[in-house]
Amino acid sequence: MNWTLAIPEIVLTIGGLIILLVGAMQKKKNSFFSSAIFLTAIFIAAGFLTLTNVNGLAYYGLFVNDEFSRYMKLLILIAGLLTIILSLDFNKKNKTTYFEFIALITFSTVGAMIMVSSNNLMSLYLGLELSSLSLYILCAIDRNNLLSAESGIKYFILGSIASAILLYGISMLYGSTGAMEYDNIHKAIVSTNYTNMEFVIGLVFVLVGICFKISAVPFHMWTPDVYQGAPTPVTTFLSTSPKFAAFALFLRLMSGPFGSLSYQWQFLIEVITLLSIVIGSVGAVSQTNIKRMMAYSSIAHMGYAMVGLAAGTTNGVLGTIIYLTTYLFMNVGTFSIITSMTKKGKIVENIHDLAGLGKSDPGIAVAMAIFMFSMAGVPPLAGFFGKFMVFWAVIQVHLYVLATVGIVASVISAFFYLRVVKIIFMDKASECLDHRSLSISFMSFGMGTLTVIFIIFMGPMVHVGKVAAQSLFNLS
Amino acid sequence: MTPIILFYIFAIILLLSAIMVVSVRNSVHAALFLILAFCNAAGLFMLAGAEFLAVLLVAIYAGAVMVLFMFIVMTMQTELVQLKEGVQRYMPVGCVIAFILIIEFILIAIHWKVDPKIINQFSNSPLQHISNTKALGNILYTHYVLLFQICGLILLVAMIGAIVLTLHKNPNNRRQNIAKQHRREPNQSLEVHDVPLNKSIKDIGGFIRPKETYYGVTQEDSFGPKPGDKSDITEKRQQREQIK
Repeated sequence: MNWTLAIPEIVLTIGGLIILLVGAMQKKKNSFFSSAIFLTAIFIAAGFLTLTNVNGLAYYGLFVNDEFSRYMKLLILIAGLLTIILSLDFNKKNKTTYFEFIALITFSTVGAMIMVSSNNLMSLYLGLELSSLSLYILCAIDRNNLLSAESGIKYFILGSIASAILLYGISMLYGSTGAMEYDNIHKAIVSTNYTNMEFVIGLVFVLVGICFKISAVPFHMWTPDVYQGAPTPVTTFLSTSPKFAAFALFLRLMSGPFGSLSYQWQFLIEVITLLSIVIGSVGAVSQTNIKRMMAYSSIAHMGYAMVGLAAGTTNGVLGTIIYLTTYLFMNVGTFSIITSMTKKGKIVENIHDLAGLGKSDPGIAVAMAIFMFSMAGVPPLAGFFGKFMVFWAVIQVHLYVLATVGIVASVISAFFYLRVVKIIFMDKASECLDHRSLSISFMSFGMGTLTVIFIIFMGPMVHVGKVAAQSLFNLS
Repeated sequence: MTPIILFYIFAIILLLSAIMVVSVRNSVHAALFLILAFCNAAGLFMLAGAEFLAVLLVAIYAGAVMVLFMFIVMTMQTELVQLKEGVQRYMPVGCVIAFILIIEFILIAIHWKVDPKIINQFSNSPLQHISNTKALGNILYTHYVLLFQICGLILLVAMIGAIVLTLHKNPNNRRQNIAKQHRREPNQSLEVHDVPLNKSIKDIGGFIRPKETYYGVTQEDSFGPKPGDKSDITEKRQQREQIK
C-alpha cells in the first residue's frame, strides 16, 4: 500500500490538528495569527510535496495521483493559502479571529484534494462531504451577523440535498454496474452496453450533485445569497477551491468511467453550460451589491470553464484547466479588493462605494481595472487566454452554437465589468474608502501582476496543462 | 434443537417487549422495554452467527443511545392529555398508512425468495473461515483505511462546527468565581441610599449596575469592557451627580 502518495494531505491534516490542539490549550492568548502563519508554511510545504510526488494508485485503488491531480491540487493549495492571507486583516476587523477558522480552511482543502485524487465513488463522496461540511461552518462563522448565519443555513440545507442526490446517484451506479472503482465502472460500461435506466439516472444524479458544487445554472440559486452573506475571505475560498475540486471530479468522471457514454451526457452538459453562461451574465447586470455581482459572474465563469468539458477532448480539458488557472488569479485579486472595502472601519459592499477610488488610491484602482478587463476577456490579459482556449477547443469539435452564444454572453458580461471600471474612475465620491492594509496591497498587486504577465508564461503553462490533460485520458 | 428453542424464546420476548414499548403509558417504562427488545435482538443475531452485530447492538443501542434517551425522557415533561388528542386527530391517516404497509408486507412475503446463487456464493467464499469481527476489521482498517480516516475527519469537523458556532465566550454572564466571591467586601456590592419622601430610587440616580466588582472578571479577548475599564460606571456616577 503506497501511502506516501497522499503525503500532502497527511501533512495538511496534521497541521490542522496541531492548530486545534494548540488553540484549545492556549486559553489566554488568541492563537489566530500564529496559527495562520504556521499554516501558511504548511500549505507551502504541502505544495512542494505535491510537486515532487510520484504517479500511481494507493490505498487499494481508492486514491490516484497523476499529473492532472497534481495540477489541480496545486491550484487548490494556492487558493487556500491566498484565503488565509486575505483573512488576516479582515477577521481582525470583523472580530472573527477564531483559530478554528484556519483549521476549517485546512480541512476543507484536504477534502478538496481528496476529491481531486479520488478513484472510487466512495472517496469522491467522502472528500466532497469533508470539503463542504467545513464550508458550511465557514459561511456561518461570523455568527453575530444575521446574513452570515443565513448564508450558512442556506448553503447547508441546499448542499445536503445536493449531496443526498449525489449519493443516490452513486448507489444507482453501484447497483447497475456492481462497482465503485472508476476503472471497473468503465469496464462494466464497455463490456455490456449500458443504456439501461438506472445507470443513466445514476449518471444524471451524480452530475447534478457536482453541478451544485460548481453552481452551474439550474442549481445556482444558492450562490448569490451565500456569496453575499459569507465573510469575504470565505467567499473567496468558496468561489475557488471547491469549484476546482468539483471540476477535477467532473473532468475525471467524464473522461474516465463515463467517457464512452459521451453521447448520453454531452447534450446535457451543453445545455447546462449555455444556461450558466447566459443567466450568469444577464443576472449580474442588475446587481448593485458587488459580492452578488461576483456571484453571478462566477456562475458565468463556471459556464465558460464547462465549455471545455462539453467539447470532451484533450484540448477541451486543457482549455478548462487554463481557464480555471486564470480564474483563480483574477478572482482572488478582485475579492482581495472587495475585502478591503471599508468606510470608517465599517464593511461596505455596494458597487457605488467604489466611486472615487481612482483618485484616492490609484494603485488599487488600476489593479481592480485590470481584474475587471481580464474577467471581461480583453486580449492581453489572462482572462482572454482562458476564454480563447475553451472556445478554440469547442470550435474544433464543431459546436458552433455553444461558441456563438458564449461569445455573445461574454459581450453582455463586459457591460457590468466595465461599469465597475467606470464607477471607479469617473464617478465622484461622497466619502473615500479606508486606506488598504499591507496584505491587501500584496494580494491585489501580486494577482494583478500575474494577470498582466500571464501572456509570458502562457507557453509553459499550456505545456504543463497538456501533460495533465493527457494523463487524464491515458488512465482509462 | 436448542437453537430453535432459543430462537423462539428470544423472538417471543422481543415481540412482546416491542408491543409493550408502544402500549405502555409511562415513557420511562417504554424505554426500558426497548432495552429489553434490543437485548433479545442481540440474542437473535448471536444465533445467526453475527456475534459482532450482537455486541454492537448491545454496546451502542442498549448502552449509549438508550441512556441518552432515558436522560431526555427524564428531563422532559410529556403531557399525556396532549398525546391523547394527537391520537384522535391522526388516527384516520395512521390507519390508511398502516393499511398500505400491511398490504406491502403481504406482497413482499408472497414474493420472497432467496436466490440460490447467493447461498452458493457464501458457502464458497474465502470469508467462510474468518470471523465476522476479523472480516469487518479487514475492510475497515486495511482496505478502506483512507475512507475510515476521512470519516473521522468529517466527524471532527462537525464537532468543531458545533463548538465554534454555539460556544459564546460571553464575559457579561455572571459565571461563579468562588475566589472572587470570598474576597468581596460588603461595600462592593451594597449600596445604601437615603431616599427622600415622594421620590423613588430612580429620581436620585438609581443603582449602578453592574457593580464595579464585575469588571475584574472580564477576559482579555472579550467584547465587553476590559478589566479596569470603568468608563461607563463613572459616566453613570456623573449623571447621578447632575440629577442630585
